[in-house]
Amino acid sequence: MATPVKVYGPAMSTAVSRVLACLLEKNVDFQLIPVNMSKGEHKKPDFLKIQPFGQVPAFEDDGISLFESRAICRYICEKYADQGNKGLYGTNPLAKASIDQWLEAEGQSFSPPSSALVFQLAFAPRMKIKQDQVAIKQNEEKLSKVLDVYEKRLQETRFLAGEEFSLADLSHLPNAQYLVSATDRGELFTSRDNVGRWWDEISSRDSWKKVVDMQQKKTSA
Amino acid sequence: MAVRKVYGSLNSPATLKVLACLFEHDLDFEFVPVNLNAGEHKKKPFLSMNPFGQVPVYEDGGIKQFESRAIIRCMGFEYGKKGEELIYWDARKQAIVANWIDVEGHQFEPPALKLIFEMVIKPKNGLAPDHGVVAEAEAELGSVLDVYEARLAKSKYLGSDRYTIADVLHLPNLQSLLGTKAKKLIESRPRVRAWCSEILARPAWGKVLEMKRDKAQA
Repeated sequence: MATPVKVYGPAMSTAVSRVLACLLEKNVDFQLIPVNMSKGEHKKPDFLKIQPFGQVPAFEDDGISLFESRAICRYICEKYADQGNKGLYGTNPLAKASIDQWLEAEGQSFSPPSSALVFQLAFAPRMKIKQDQVAIKQNEEKLSKVLDVYEKRLQETRFLAGEEFSLADLSHLPNAQYLVSATDRGELFTSRDNVGRWWDEISSRDSWKKVVDMQQKKTSA
Repeated sequence: MAVRKVYGSLNSPATLKVLACLFEHDLDFEFVPVNLNAGEHKKKPFLSMNPFGQVPVYEDGGIKQFESRAIIRCMGFEYGKKGEELIYWDARKQAIVANWIDVEGHQFEPPALKLIFEMVIKPKNGLAPDHGVVAEAEAELGSVLDVYEARLAKSKYLGSDRYTIADVLHLPNLQSLLGTKAKKLIESRPRVRAWCSEILARPAWGKVLEMKRDKAQA
């Protein structure tokens, strides 16, 4: 039996949960090692050795140490290609080209405004940080434009990269989950027919439900 | 009829990254300029190629892609055996390259672009840089380059001991930054400075600069 891979960070972190979703899709055993961010553990020398930017997640498997959640996900799909969801990162170059394109679009276009909104609307209140209304408005406008593009795309295809669920869709789950379930801006997704349909479908996958469960079971920060 | 086409702008770092990789792989291609000043990228027909309205777009046989890092990854795996390999087929080695590709995208490029906007693009358009923004972006980029300095002590290039996509992606913005006062951030860090000089001296990057010079003279 292979040694479980190690993921460092709290399940409630969007980037950590991205990796967890991928591991669950691929049926890869893992050990989730807590990092106490409220005590600044992620900025201390021991953690900085495995993630020099002081961010979560960090990841270890088979003698290598990685960070950047999407790079970790790509690795999991390549290393464990023959188990779990085999099509997650495509099974031929054309499929992979489309998945890579939409995974980059998520990282470059969807993530910046959605992460800003998740922070302002879901985390800032919990952390007793004052919300920046200008930032909220600007990022909501940016995210709306991105979701307009998604609305048109999802009219043509069932999922972002094509007719099968892929890493490109998975990558959106963490931020969208917070926006839909923990803020009052869920309508950004639910008011758009195709985006709403897509959100319902990807968020009801067993793997994602397990991640949400893990996030909700967390009792301390 | 060209097999490969790049639709983009020689003023766009993302376009230049793709061109650098095409030259590294020694691939023929047709460059189709998109007039950003005229807003061509925000109108049809371009929007039907990239609905986000950004350059570049790449075509290669049946493949049509946008997002420079996606284009470059696929190109690396498709053409890696001929000419220079910029990727690894070994999952563990490629994982580290992929890690540093994302570092370029998420940590390096955002402050680099802010600095280039303030110190290069605004002055070209007769606007003064915002010194507060510059100071903040310099501090941000400085912290990133501190991580690079430590990384380059353990690894000859960012992603491995040979030149890979993770390095190529830095070329256009490093070139621009060296033409500004922000070059001190690079020059004050010996390993970063050495790595920067080495990668900017690659013949493939020279060919990209030649394309820019030819356009400026045309």
